[in-house]
Amino acid sequence: MALRQFSAAALGATALACIAASPAHAVTEIQWWHAMSGPNNDVVNKLANDFNASQSEYKIVPTFKGSYADTLNAGIAAFRAGNAPGIMQVFEVGTATMMAAKGAIKPVYELMKEEGEKFDPNSYLPAITGYYSTAKGEMLSFPFNSSSMVMWVNLDALQKAGIAEPPKTWPETFDDAKKLHAAGNPTCGFSTGWVTWSLIEQFNAWHNLPIGTKANGLDGFDTVLEFNSPQELKLLENLVELQKDKSFDYSGRTNTGEGRFTSGECAMFITSSAFYPNVKANAKFNYTAVAMPYFPDVKGAPQNSIIGGASLWVMGGKPKEEYKGIAKFFTFLSDTDRQVYLHQESGYLPITKAAYEKTKASGFYEKNPILEVPLKELTNKTPTENSRGLRFGGMVQIRDVWSEEIEAALAGKKSAKEALDAAVSRGNQMLRQFERTAGK
Amino acid sequence: MENRAIFSGRLLPILLVLPQLAISLIFFYWPAFQALWQSFLVQDAFGTSTEFVWLENYLSVFARPEYYHSIGVTLVFSALVAFFSLSIGLLLAVMANREIAGLQIYRTFLIIPYAVAPAVASTLFIFMFQPGLGMIAAMLRRSGIDWNPVLNGTHAMILVVIGAVWHQISYNFLFFLAGLQSIPKSVIEAAAIDGARPARRFWTIVFPLLSPTMFFLIIVNTTYAFFDTLGIIDTATEGGPNGATQTLVYKVFQDGKVGTDLGGSAAQSVILMVIVVGLTAVQFRYIEKKVHY
Repeated sequence: MALRQFSAAALGATALACIAASPAHAVTEIQWWHAMSGPNNDVVNKLANDFNASQSEYKIVPTFKGSYADTLNAGIAAFRAGNAPGIMQVFEVGTATMMAAKGAIKPVYELMKEEGEKFDPNSYLPAITGYYSTAKGEMLSFPFNSSSMVMWVNLDALQKAGIAEPPKTWPETFDDAKKLHAAGNPTCGFSTGWVTWSLIEQFNAWHNLPIGTKANGLDGFDTVLEFNSPQELKLLENLVELQKDKSFDYSGRTNTGEGRFTSGECAMFITSSAFYPNVKANAKFNYTAVAMPYFPDVKGAPQNSIIGGASLWVMGGKPKEEYKGIAKFFTFLSDTDRQVYLHQESGYLPITKAAYEKTKASGFYEKNPILEVPLKELTNKTPTENSRGLRFGGMVQIRDVWSEEIEAALAGKKSAKEALDAAVSRGNQMLRQFERTAGK
Repeated sequence: MENRAIFSGRLLPILLVLPQLAISLIFFYWPAFQALWQSFLVQDAFGTSTEFVWLENYLSVFARPEYYHSIGVTLVFSALVAFFSLSIGLLLAVMANREIAGLQIYRTFLIIPYAVAPAVASTLFIFMFQPGLGMIAAMLRRSGIDWNPVLNGTHAMILVVIGAVWHQISYNFLFFLAGLQSIPKSVIEAAAIDGARPARRFWTIVFPLLSPTMFFLIIVNTTYAFFDTLGIIDTATEGGPNGATQTLVYKVFQDGKVGTDLGGSAAQSVILMVIVVGLTAVQFRYIEKKVHY
């Protein structure tokens, strides 16, 4: 009671101070730094406007800060200068960097508890929140835009090559790639975007193989990489072989090669499910998306896929009123109808179970089956230690190192085995470097 | 003959150089010392934990084979960029120094590329050279060359060299043209009367008289290739494939910004600073001897 009176008094005092300073702005402003450009930028602005219109005490101010890496670096620099935003959107591979910075962030589960917002971690899809939670299941950041990986297929090209239906397994994919290469796609039978996400991270989760020890790093920073087993080797060796005549053709480290699918150059393309709006707008052929291929001889495959995308982190050391506003904003975002709208509008995955069920019940997926493919992959089986997600410190740069090695193998500069071993050992060096400064 | 400026007291000269000194201290020496200090620390990205580690960052830089690879890439890249941007710049300047119709228009057009930001320039080059999308890439492929800078290191190197050279040619052109115009016409005319052909006139008269400009441009171009090409490499190849275009300065940027390893990145930038200072000193010591002022 006393506390309540105190905070009421404090609030009153703050309000008075604000009124004295500038009568028009008696609201708490919350800075939200994000990396959403194009149509998704409009979604962010709409969310902020809707929230600001729904109440009068808080005002969310979204600011576009460039790419994911730019946004993270802007946040780091701002924190070091004592000027961090309230909410920061960070891509999934920045998770370890954020959670290692103990004083710099405010875990979401703590925030929601302290601010007394209704918050049930079980109402969210575990395949999504698992990526952003501690080993004990405490949610550290708030999932915002999530996607998973699917295989995009040019149905016209398949028909031309005499292939009845999209491949389900890797051996079928290799065969079809050769047929496509011989028929109408001489420069690219199939390809992938986000090379390490597809060939290492998703591949291992989908086959229930560990990328690293300690549940892929989710259980501790002393994790050691171990993705140089015969299964990963088999995949890479096959791709190296197919690269020689371009039945498979490498398309770079990020998604810059995705245009090769919409232009019709590559007949099959493994990349993010968030590619959907782009395909819908630009592909001038019949297309579909199917689940990622798997090796049928690997026990338990397919397991479940993991997510990509970004989550919202709350920065530490902010005044109480700001935290109150952020907690209310997260409750606002979790609203079922809002999640349904976001999912259907942006093509990103819904984060709550209720939103998924509601979309399903509305018959939306019968009309848009492609949007359900990533959800089916994510929820295919109960996630295991190998498929909950991954958390490696310095993951952004580790991905670059892995890509370098895969490039060396595909260019014929190293054998597949040498490349995978080097990717593991160089990655481990970086993990040890990160471990030294993490969580102290 | 006394040609120094004479001041009656000490105060005025000190006051006059003070702004320049302040600018140098704040914008050059302070960051340099910050980098030096940071290179002795191991720190997490947010700066919440810091450990003083003496020379460990330096030792771990030198223990990595990638670093030596990167030094090799930088030397090849810088030599190519300096050579091509200087020779093309000189060629164009000599051409534009003749009396031809529409001279001013040519000159203006030759200078404009310098005003284009490196990132913009390299985005344009990506469009032109992107396999599957770009015009030039399509032309190369039609003529039977399997152009593929995302996987072929040599192609990637050619791509960033073209981008870097293209941007620097205008700058070199401008200086060479100014240098050429300061050469007295009478000397060249005298040689012409003596029967020297244009090529001979160029190599025995014009080129030696241009040597101060050439010397200055060699230093500027080397420094440009070492430091200012970051934007081009970042947009065009991101240092790939397999480190084929990862120059030293790009590695500093990668380790510091992408890898958030500030200590290691600072150590590398200190090493880079030493290399460039050393290189410039060598150029002054040996090349300047051949310069005729």
